[in-house]
Amino acid sequence: MMRQVQLAVIGGGPAGLAAAIAARESGVEDILIIERDKELGGILNQCIHAGFGLHTFGEELTGPEYARRFIDRVEELHIPCQTDTMVLDLSPDRVLTVTSRARGLEQIQAGAVILAMGCRERPRGALNIPGTRPAGIWSAGTAQRLVNMEGLMPGKEVVILGSGDIGLIMARRMTLEGAHVRAVAEVLPYSGGLKRNIVQCLEDFDIPLLLSHTVVDIHGRERLEGVTLAQVDDQRRPIPGTEQYIPCDTLLLSVGLLPENELSAAAGVTLSGVTGGAVVDETLSTDHEGIFACGNVLHVHDLVDFVSQEAALAGRSAARYLQQGRHTGSAIRLEGKNGVRYTVPALLTGQSEEPVTVRFRVAQPYRSAAICVYADGTLLRRIPKRILAPGEMEQVTLRPQELPEGTQTVTFCIEEGTK
Amino acid sequence: MYDAIIIGGGVVGCAIARELSRYQLSVCLLERSEDVCTGTSKANSAIVHAGFDAHPGSQKARFNVEGSEMMEDLCRQLEVPYRRCGSLVVCFDPADHEQLQQLLERGLENGVQGLELLHGAVLHAMEPALAPEAAGALYAPTGAIVCPFTLTYALMENAKANGAEFRFDTEVRSLRRKDGGFQVETSAGILESRTVINAAGVWADVFHNQLSDYPIHITPRRGEYCLLDRKDGTLVSHTIFQLPGPMGKGVLVTPTVHGNLLIGPTAQDQPERDSAPTTAAGLAYAVDTARRSVPDLPMRDVITSFAGLRAHIDSGAEDFIVDETAPGFFEAAGIESPGLTSAPAIGRYLAAAVARHLQASEKESFQPCRSGIPVLHQLPLEQRQALMAADPAYGQIICRCEQISEGEILEAIRRGARSLDGVKRRVRAGMGRCQGGFCAPRVMEILARELGQEQTQLTKGGGQGRLLTGKTKEVQA
Repeated sequence: MMRQVQLAVIGGGPAGLAAAIAARESGVEDILIIERDKELGGILNQCIHAGFGLHTFGEELTGPEYARRFIDRVEELHIPCQTDTMVLDLSPDRVLTVTSRARGLEQIQAGAVILAMGCRERPRGALNIPGTRPAGIWSAGTAQRLVNMEGLMPGKEVVILGSGDIGLIMARRMTLEGAHVRAVAEVLPYSGGLKRNIVQCLEDFDIPLLLSHTVVDIHGRERLEGVTLAQVDDQRRPIPGTEQYIPCDTLLLSVGLLPENELSAAAGVTLSGVTGGAVVDETLSTDHEGIFACGNVLHVHDLVDFVSQEAALAGRSAARYLQQGRHTGSAIRLEGKNGVRYTVPALLTGQSEEPVTVRFRVAQPYRSAAICVYADGTLLRRIPKRILAPGEMEQVTLRPQELPEGTQTVTFCIEEGTK
Repeated sequence: MYDAIIIGGGVVGCAIARELSRYQLSVCLLERSEDVCTGTSKANSAIVHAGFDAHPGSQKARFNVEGSEMMEDLCRQLEVPYRRCGSLVVCFDPADHEQLQQLLERGLENGVQGLELLHGAVLHAMEPALAPEAAGALYAPTGAIVCPFTLTYALMENAKANGAEFRFDTEVRSLRRKDGGFQVETSAGILESRTVINAAGVWADVFHNQLSDYPIHITPRRGEYCLLDRKDGTLVSHTIFQLPGPMGKGVLVTPTVHGNLLIGPTAQDQPERDSAPTTAAGLAYAVDTARRSVPDLPMRDVITSFAGLRAHIDSGAEDFIVDETAPGFFEAAGIESPGLTSAPAIGRYLAAAVARHLQASEKESFQPCRSGIPVLHQLPLEQRQALMAADPAYGQIICRCEQISEGEILEAIRRGARSLDGVKRRVRAGMGRCQGGFCAPRVMEILARELGQEQTQLTKGGGQGRLLTGKTKEVQA
């Protein structure tokens, strides 16, 4: 007889924890959190810097402290967890194949599944950076784990490619650990990280941020000896003659995060070509019955507070699905246009009167622009913004009542100028 | 005093060692790196060529066709991933059909079985991802793909099991004749042997020139590749070549035995023998050229790029040197493509020649089979459960992307892996889409524990390539 659970939560990071708590608080008794690492908390465990939880708790916590609050709640609620357990496969009818040292290989039939697997870092290969392949090249998150959790130093003379938040945080971290961060290079003319991180992690430590620069060559046979940086044009092509050699023993890459959706794909969930995450409705249900998604596996967030909020919604929705079954009915499509790359959710099914938080990112930086929301061509909202940047996720709260009867598509777009 | 010393632990050296271990001989293979499979054997197209490219009568033609015929059985004996996917040489201009015809005739002369010319609709039905411009193709059903890493390790393991010795971090400096045999001076002392077999890859000319009457020179010919995610491995079902040019067989698009998609190689001569960097121009050329064959290559799915060196002899003869080139001195030199395919046949031929020279007879105890490391995710559920019951380490996944367990990693270390790359090439931990982002720290932890070393001593692939510079709080010290 196959093991049964009502709700399987895949991933015990911030999303999985918040989802499981909300599901339990909504009345789901039989929950199992499955975590592949040794402990709950996910990536927060290696984020030992402060700045987490301002929105949720009104105070600045470290990553492990933020995670602890949720882990404590999971324990209070006696929600079962299996750590060191990897989900190898998720079938379309929600059978999980899982493996662990403690229990070996087993299959679990779940009534509902919440996908909360998080994301992974893009490796060097994804950029096809030419050169040799010596030791000393790490993705920034891997280096963060080595330094903060294992007490190991990847190197002493460091160049960081990519100004995503992890890259910025690691520039400061490596500096505080005594390494010399020679530069952070960013291929775009603007940083993809949060403004506060640029100030607190680079400017406060006099670390140069080289915008419109990238690594065009990697040198060293066994251990990294240096990189060649070059300026790039507006097509991101290196400009000949701008090359500069920078000796270093370490190159950290912070060049983007990819939602880790191999299990979602295996289950047959439709994925967005823009976010890499599932296409979901306002309940965070995927197009596959009983499978919900939240957190960085859905789309990459900047702030964990919003991951927790989003995940709690997924937990409540999974509870409602288990209690009331699947909602069927027509849906209103949400779309991003003119500078809005995508929206999460992408569908409104009218299952609830609750306000819907629509999250998205813009495609480029804007000054003095407005986020506009149209229902089939009728302007609903115009939200002026002094600054919009791809590095900062935007959100608009939509009340289902404000949509005109018969609306088919709600369009989110950016309009420039201050009309 | 050994009976035979082999210089070089690539696939050719290991094939020679394995074939020599059939005989009642003391055999020792010397490798300058920390492991076998660290040079040309680790970075190539992983193709078993059918054998229609080489000129009839050449050593390349002979060993290619023989090796291709041997490969399937050998891979079965040694449990090496092998798949006969067939290959296509595609032309884009009907005027080039002539060249396909010539290749076909050359193949027939070389003894390649099953060759066929395909045109239009038949071709596109067989390989739908081909560019609409593809006008015709030479189809070789015996073309295959193989795992070059596992093949090399398996040959070594089988040679060891049959008594051959392997010495690592042992660089040969010079060869001298002494008392009818050879004195081999190495970075780890002086060794003596009755015969020497030179399988030193891009360095083979150095040893050749120490003992031979006629000098040769090898210029490494770099080939650059891009490897795409496993989700793209089914984009094509055959190895797709374009018409060969003066520098080689051109850029191919092929599935790999592990389900990835591989494109490359370029062909660029370089003086350095120690380093094979990729270049922006090379990678761009590989991609652009590959797109002529398969226009819809999803380049956003590239997970890594790499380059390898072919040991090309400058003489213009365009052939291998596989022979006893001086009394007691045997060589496999200039083993560029189709070297991987030819390795089993070169091994068999040279081992027989050495045995004849030494008047050695075969052992009765020779064991031709080797058990592979279990590949957990390929096994049926019950077999996986049985493995985990015997050793719970097989239940613990370390590499998420390739679903590699701790049990497999421990077995890789037991079989000789000493570095991150040694583990990666044996069991693929770190070879997937995140390229070791998640598993590298875990594999390092396991390596340190099993080898009894500090993590700070670990290397990426031997030598001075330390992964870490120390512990935190130690940097200023």
